[in-house]
Amino acid sequence: MNIVITGGRVIDPAHNEDQVRPIAIQDGSLLGSPIPRGFSADVTLDAAGLIVSPGLIDLRARLREPGLEHKATVASETRAALAGGITTLCCPPDTTPPIDTPAIAEWLRARAEGALGARVLPIGALTRGLKGAHLADMHALHEAGCAGVGNAGMGVSDTGVMRHALAYAAGLDLLVFLTPEDPWLGERGVMHEGLVSTRLGLPGVPTSAETIAISRDLILVEETGVRAHFCGLSTAAGAALIADAKRRGLPVTADCAIHQLHLSEDDIGFFDSEYRVRPPLRTRADRDALREAFAEGTIDALCSDHQPHEADAKKAPFSDAEPGIAGLETLLPLALRLTEAGVPLARALAGLTSGPGGILRLLAGGLVPGQPADLCLFDPAAPWVPGPDTLKTQGRNSPFCGAPMRGRVVATIKDGRIAYRAAWARETPV
Amino acid sequence: MIGDIQVDAQGRHRHFLTTEGLPAHTIIEILDTAESFISVGEREIKKVPLLRGKNIVNLFFEASTRTRTTFEIAGKRLSADVININTGVSATQKGESVIDTIRNLEAMHTDLFVIRHPQSGAADLIARSVPAHVHVVNAGDGRHAHPTQGLLDMFTIRRYKGAFAPLTVAIVGDVLHSRVARSQIHALTTLGAREVRVIGPRSLWPPVPEGLGVVPYTDMAKGLAGVDVIIVLRLQFERMNGALIPSASEYFSLYGLTPERLALASPEAIVMHPGPMNRGLEIASEVADGPQSVILPQVTNGIAVRMAILARLAGALPGETKPA
Repeated sequence: MNIVITGGRVIDPAHNEDQVRPIAIQDGSLLGSPIPRGFSADVTLDAAGLIVSPGLIDLRARLREPGLEHKATVASETRAALAGGITTLCCPPDTTPPIDTPAIAEWLRARAEGALGARVLPIGALTRGLKGAHLADMHALHEAGCAGVGNAGMGVSDTGVMRHALAYAAGLDLLVFLTPEDPWLGERGVMHEGLVSTRLGLPGVPTSAETIAISRDLILVEETGVRAHFCGLSTAAGAALIADAKRRGLPVTADCAIHQLHLSEDDIGFFDSEYRVRPPLRTRADRDALREAFAEGTIDALCSDHQPHEADAKKAPFSDAEPGIAGLETLLPLALRLTEAGVPLARALAGLTSGPGGILRLLAGGLVPGQPADLCLFDPAAPWVPGPDTLKTQGRNSPFCGAPMRGRVVATIKDGRIAYRAAWARETPV
Repeated sequence: MIGDIQVDAQGRHRHFLTTEGLPAHTIIEILDTAESFISVGEREIKKVPLLRGKNIVNLFFEASTRTRTTFEIAGKRLSADVININTGVSATQKGESVIDTIRNLEAMHTDLFVIRHPQSGAADLIARSVPAHVHVVNAGDGRHAHPTQGLLDMFTIRRYKGAFAPLTVAIVGDVLHSRVARSQIHALTTLGAREVRVIGPRSLWPPVPEGLGVVPYTDMAKGLAGVDVIIVLRLQFERMNGALIPSASEYFSLYGLTPERLALASPEAIVMHPGPMNRGLEIASEVADGPQSVILPQVTNGIAVRMAILARLAGALPGETKPA
């Protein structure tokens, strides 16, 4: 099928493009600009007033399959991802069983293909069973379609094992996803150790839980030369360590969960478990520093860190409530909200497209003629309120439920097919 | 973010969850009411009919003798029907959530829950899940708050010392893990005590002491100098297994309240302890049983203060609905 999108403002941060132009898709692939003579469209999408960007890439989204199907499924969450403008997402290996064999990785990819949702790139386990003792079959996992390897939130406390794992991955030129949390300092805490934890009497996770882990791993990255991606920075001090490593030329990148750029420990109020996340929400100074680190490029990518839960998972005393926010569909509007804090629109979108695309070495992070067409069409001004009636994810756990948002996806095109079209926008253009 | 729910929009005191944010006049009102209830316990017939026909459930997810017993006596002196349920953590082990447990008891027409739970925030969670006519009293949640203990300590201090403004108060011990200390600190700072000190090993300080408005000390001699009130906290034995303090003997040698150390405080200083005491660990017997100790009166006062709080929440007192 041939599609032409007319009148949209095309923003492609990978190629510094920001202009109104038509985009043509022939048999699933993007055509170059100008559109060649003789192209005829079967479908015309009127995108006047809309922004057309590459399909969003989310480096961290839990789909809960296999193992936790009562929370969500590959089908429910990959379709929710499309509704959020996300065409590619990475799924961490901490499923049950973990993604530590090619069979699980292949099963997950097949499941995602059948669901007709966003493309799923599993992250393979760095160690067998995520136990931090034996290396996983990293090459086989890579062959099975894994975007890289990592130990999710389980940490590898044995530095000897970590050093071997990173060296081994470096030898295969694999991308390693590192989740920086010192297990000895991080495991027992449920929120940032500071003023609010003092007040509420909740066990805290000190800033040093993050900086110690980053410091150790950076030394090992320097020693092994492995391509390392640091997941979910939460502290100003952690971002400063990454900035320094980049200045020294180490092959490192970093991301930040989008909620870390908007929320702080103060938002927990009186034990609101919707704000229980890992790593925890830090101080307002940390939040502001992370925004700055993103704006200047120390943080390469923004991700949803999507963690859908059943309602009961949050109906417990704060420490017993499960951590995480269901964030697929608020990723884009929350990234757009950064423009209110002075982040240029193109930079905000880069965090969702060329940033993560570059980390994964995917061409899909930008608009490249001849490549499969993955596009996100959104109305940057459309107001909406996340809630049970508007969200597609099976998880309704979000502190942003009920909070007015600006910016909403109108249509998502994946592999040249209109994979999602918003019901709310059918009356309006497109 | 969710806010404080202790007081409703009309200024009525619905739940009693923490001393943080309670206005000074509210605390004083409760202490005054408690004062009037002291005499009830001294009469031949130790009962007033203020809560006749009301059902109170003492729901304890964690062991307690003193608090549970004084709440039971307080409820009974107010003529309420009191039921004690000690579930330990067994209910959660059976897979029944805290909220389900509450729902079931609510269905039995409970008017007021007295809750103790090992997790910070549990009483708050329960208060948010009960219908509008049901009241919740926090009898200790994790490390967060033990507000009735906090107020009975204020009551005791006021009985012996009169005004709060001139007082320097030292809280000695494991403030990091102490809900009692948090509730005392919020009450003392609200009531305008001149200075609140916490004394203990650095590893047992709260992470940001200044955030609580207290001055931290590691040196017992410096911290006790000239204080008017010494509150000794119980040292939980399980802290010994972690890396927080080296041993009981080293703790006692540095922080045990001995007669020699007590002499550093003001000569009129009173010594308090929320109980149960570890004699020879945090406090010497000579001090615990000495003339400056008010530890047993604390227990007696606990009944009157808890009566005042139960009656206040149940709306049984005239003129207690002064808007905040």
